[in-house]
Amino acid sequence: MEEKKKFSPRQLPLYAVLMMGALVMVFPFVWMVLTSLKTGADVYSFSLIPSPATTANYSFVFMRTDFLRWFANSLGIATVVVASVLFFDSLVGYTLAKMHFRGKNFIFILILSTLMVPTEMLIIPWYLMSSQLGWLNTYWSIMFPGLISAFGIFMMRQFFEGVPGELLEAARIDGLNEFGIYARIAVPLVLPALSALAIFTFLGNWNAFLWPVIIVSKPHLVTLPVGLAMFTTENNPEWERIMTAASLGTVPVLIVFILFQRQIIEGVNLSGMKA
Amino acid sequence: MRRMSPLARRQAAWAYAFLVIPLVFFLWIRIYPVFSSFHIALLEWDIFSKVRPFVGLANFERMLTDRVLHKALLNTFEYILISMPIGLALALAIAMMINALNRGAGLFRTLYFIPYITSVVAVAAVWKWMFMKSGGLVNNILTGIGLPAQPFMNSTSQALGVVASNVIWQGLGFKIIIFLAGLKQIPRTFYEAAAIDGASRWAVFRHITIPLLNPTIVYLTVLTGIQTLQVFTQVFAISSGGQGGPLNATLSMVLYIYQKAFKSFDMGYASAITVLLFVIILIISLAQMKLVTRKVEY
Amino acid sequence: MKKLSLLLVLALLLGLALPAGLAEEPVTIEYWQYYFESKVALIDELIAQFEAENPGIKVNHQHFPYDSYQEKIAASVAAGEGPDIVNLFYGWVPKYVKSGVLQPLPAGSFSPEAIEAEFAPMVTINKFDGVYYTIPTAVRTLGLLYNKDILAENGYEAPPATLDELVEMAVKMTRRNAAGELELEGLTFQPDGQLHGFFRPVLLRLFGQAPLSEDYKTVQWNASEAGYEAFKWMTDLATVHKVGEVNFMTNDATAFRNGAAAMSIDGSYRLSALETDGTLNYGVAPIPSHEGRQSSFGTFWTNGILAGVEGKELEAAEKFLAFLTSEPVMRTWTQRIGEIGARTSIAQDEELLKDEKLAPFIEMLPVADSYFYVDEAADRKIVVDAVDMVLLNDMDPREVLDWAVNEAQALLDSYWK
Repeated sequence: MEEKKKFSPRQLPLYAVLMMGALVMVFPFVWMVLTSLKTGADVYSFSLIPSPATTANYSFVFMRTDFLRWFANSLGIATVVVASVLFFDSLVGYTLAKMHFRGKNFIFILILSTLMVPTEMLIIPWYLMSSQLGWLNTYWSIMFPGLISAFGIFMMRQFFEGVPGELLEAARIDGLNEFGIYARIAVPLVLPALSALAIFTFLGNWNAFLWPVIIVSKPHLVTLPVGLAMFTTENNPEWERIMTAASLGTVPVLIVFILFQRQIIEGVNLSGMKA
Repeated sequence: MRRMSPLARRQAAWAYAFLVIPLVFFLWIRIYPVFSSFHIALLEWDIFSKVRPFVGLANFERMLTDRVLHKALLNTFEYILISMPIGLALALAIAMMINALNRGAGLFRTLYFIPYITSVVAVAAVWKWMFMKSGGLVNNILTGIGLPAQPFMNSTSQALGVVASNVIWQGLGFKIIIFLAGLKQIPRTFYEAAAIDGASRWAVFRHITIPLLNPTIVYLTVLTGIQTLQVFTQVFAISSGGQGGPLNATLSMVLYIYQKAFKSFDMGYASAITVLLFVIILIISLAQMKLVTRKVEY
Repeated sequence: MKKLSLLLVLALLLGLALPAGLAEEPVTIEYWQYYFESKVALIDELIAQFEAENPGIKVNHQHFPYDSYQEKIAASVAAGEGPDIVNLFYGWVPKYVKSGVLQPLPAGSFSPEAIEAEFAPMVTINKFDGVYYTIPTAVRTLGLLYNKDILAENGYEAPPATLDELVEMAVKMTRRNAAGELELEGLTFQPDGQLHGFFRPVLLRLFGQAPLSEDYKTVQWNASEAGYEAFKWMTDLATVHKVGEVNFMTNDATAFRNGAAAMSIDGSYRLSALETDGTLNYGVAPIPSHEGRQSSFGTFWTNGILAGVEGKELEAAEKFLAFLTSEPVMRTWTQRIGEIGARTSIAQDEELLKDEKLAPFIEMLPVADSYFYVDEAADRKIVVDAVDMVLLNDMDPREVLDWAVNEAQALLDSYWK
C-alpha cells in the first residue's frame, strides 16, 4: 500500500490550475441543480440564484409521480447489466488480448464493428424481435441489448494488453487451467479498469433512453429517464422539472462513482515483477 | 502449415469456449439486426407498410446528389477533427496533473467527472442558455472584457464550434478516468529506475509514459473516433428545434439518419446512409488502430 | 316425487344460470395518447364515466412521452402491436393514411355530412377521397398574445388590429441596449417555433394567397405577387424593422413568458403554462387583419382507429370515439385543457366566451385553416431554412421563396406519386 503523501506547498500551482478547470467543469451542473430549485416563472430569468427558492419541484416528483418505482426499476436493471458486463466483457477482453488462437483479429474487428451502427437504426429490428419472441412487457426486453458490450470488451482488451505475459505463462506452468489464469492472475491486475468499466456501464444504462422509451409499454416497467421524459411535452418543456429530474438522476451515479473510484487510487502493486 | 502443439490446441479450445456465448449474443442481437438494416437500404419502406418494394441501389444513387447529406458528412468530419485532438490532449494533461497530486486527487477526479454523469439534455439546455446571443453568459463575459458579442448559435460558422465545445466538455471526464487508470498501471519501478538514471521529466514523459500508455491511447482514440462520428444527442438538443441548423451548420450524420427514419419515415434511405456511415467508421477505426498501435516490450 | 322436484330445481337453476353464462365478456379496447398532465387526468375520468355508461366495454389508456411518441407508434404498428384508437397530431395523418395505418371512420357515427355540418372547418384537412379518417375532441388556434404592462409603458391601451399597426407598435416597443443588443422584442421571431405556422397558411392568406391548391397537390406560396409580399413582410420583421431575433431568450415562448417580448403570435396551448406561472399581465387578441382579411392557423390532435380493428372491438371503438367527440365532453375539455372543443356549437357557447383569454382563440375558429403536411418536420425545416437564408446569408427574399416552393413541391410530389 502506498503511504499517504503529505500535502506539499510546491504543488499549489497545480491545485490552482486544476481548481480553475474544475469550476468550468462543474458550473453547468451547479446551474442545473439551482434551476431545479426555481419556480416555473423564475426559470426563464436565466439568473443563477433562484428567487424564490422552492422545493416544490422535488415534492412534485416524489409525491405526484411514480418516481420511486422508476428509480427501483432503473437500479435493478443497471445492476444486472453491470454484473453481466463485468463478467463477459472481461473474459472476452482477456481472451482477445492474451490467448492465442486462429481468427483472433477477425473476431475482434467483428465485435468492434457492432459499435459502428447507431442504436437508432437497431431499435426497429429489436422491437420486432422482442414482439416475435414474446419478450414484450418484461424486464428482459429492456435489458437484453446491453448485457454484453463491445465498448467494454474493447476497453478490457486494451488493459489486459498491459499485463505481462510472463506472469500468465508462469501460472500456466504451475498447472493452473485457463479459466483460473484469467480469474486468479489476470483479473486482479486490471481492477482499476474493471472499476472504470463498472462505472461507465452503470452510467450508460442508468441514462439509457432511446431503447427503453420504445420498448416500455406498461407503467410498472418504466425506468427513470422514460418517466422523467414526461416533463417535456408539446411546445412546453418544463425546465424546472426537467432539471429536477436530471439532478435526481445524477445522485445514484455520483454515489457509484465515489464508491468505485477508490479502486483506481489503490492501483496495483506490481512489485513482484522484475524490470 | 505448422501443426499446433497439443498445448496450443488446448489453449485455443479454451479461447473458443470463452467466446461462444458472447459471439452468439453479438451475432443475434447486434450483427443480424445490422444486416437486416442494411437490407432495408435496398428497399423503400416507411415503417408502417407491409409492402416493401425492392429498389436496388436507388437509395445509394440518391446519396450522390443529396447536398444536405454532403454537408452532414463534412460537419461530422469537422466534429471529429475539432473535438478529438483537443479532448485527448486536455484529458491527458489533466489526468497527469491529478495523478501528480499528493492529496485531494479524489476530489478532483469527482469534480472533473461530474459533466460526464450530468444528463446530456440538461447540459445542452444550459449550453444553449450560456451561448445565447443576447444576454447569454459567454457574451456577457466577452462584452465585459471589451470583446464584441458573438452570434454563436445564430451563425453558420460558429454554431458547430458551440456544439463541439459541449461534446469536448462532456467527454473529458471519461477520458480522464481512463487515462488515470492507464497511468496507475505503469509500474512504479520504471519511474524509479528513470529517477536513478537522472532522466528529465520530458524524457520520462516521452520514453516511459507515452509508450506505456499506448494501449490506453489506442483505446481512447478509436473509441472517441467511433463515438464522435456518431454524435447526435448534443446536436439535437442544442440546435434550434433539433434540426441541426442554422442551415445545416451543425447537422451530423446520425441526426440526418434519425430525421429521415423517424420524421420523414424514409427507412430505406436512412438505412442506406447508415451503411455509408458504417463503412466510414470502419475505415477510420482500422486506420487509427494501425497508425497508433505500437507493440511495447516490457 | 322427490326425484321430480329435484329435477325441477335443477332445471330452474339451469334456467337461471344459462343466461348468466351467455353474458358477454367485456370488450377491451386500447387508447394511446402522448403524455400531457391535464389531458391524461381528464381522459382517465372520462373513461371511468364511459365505462359506467357502457358496462360491456373496458378502455385501456396508455400514454407515452411526447418526444418519442411518433417512434413509439411506428415501432408498435410495424410489429403489429399498436392500439385500437390512437391520438395523433393532425399533420401526421396524411402519412398514416397513405401507409394504410388507419381505417375510415365508421360511417354510422361519423358520416362526412354530419362532420362537416357540426365541426370546425379545419377538420376537413383529414378528409381523403371523400372519407374522414380521424376526428378531434378539441382544436387550437393561433392568436396574438400581448404583454399589457409593456404596452401600457409605451402608451398603448389596446392590441393592434391590423398588420400595419402590429409593425408600428412592435417597432416602438423594441428596446436595445447601448451596444445595440436586443433587450426586449417588439414581436417574437422564431421560425421553428410558431412563426412557420404563421407564415403558411396565415400570412399568405392575409395577403390574399392560398398556400396550397384545393387538391393539396400544388404549392402556391409564390403563385402571385401577394405571396412574395407576404414572405418579405415576414423577413422584414427581423432585417428591416428589427423587432425580433431568432433564438432570443432561446425561443418565442420563453421570451414572452419572461417578459422579454411585448407581443407574440402563439397558440391557445400556451395559456396553461402562462396561467400556472401566474405572474404575467397579458392579454389575448385575434391575429391582426390585413386588407380586410382575417385568418388563423388551426392545429389539433385527433383520434383515429387503426386498420385491422374489427368486430366487437370496432364497435366499441366507434362508441368510445363518439363519446370523446360529444358536446358535453368537449365542453369539459375546453374548460380543463384550454383547447377549444371542435364542434362549432362550442365556439358559440356563451359560458366559454366569457373567458377573456380563451375567447379570442375561439372567435378565430371560423377563419382558422390547417395546413396539409406530408412531412411536417421537413416542411417546417424548409421555412426555417428560407428565413435563415435571408437573415444569415443575405439572400434575396424572392429567390429564396422560389427555392422554398421548389423544395416544398418536391415533398408533395413524392407523397402523391
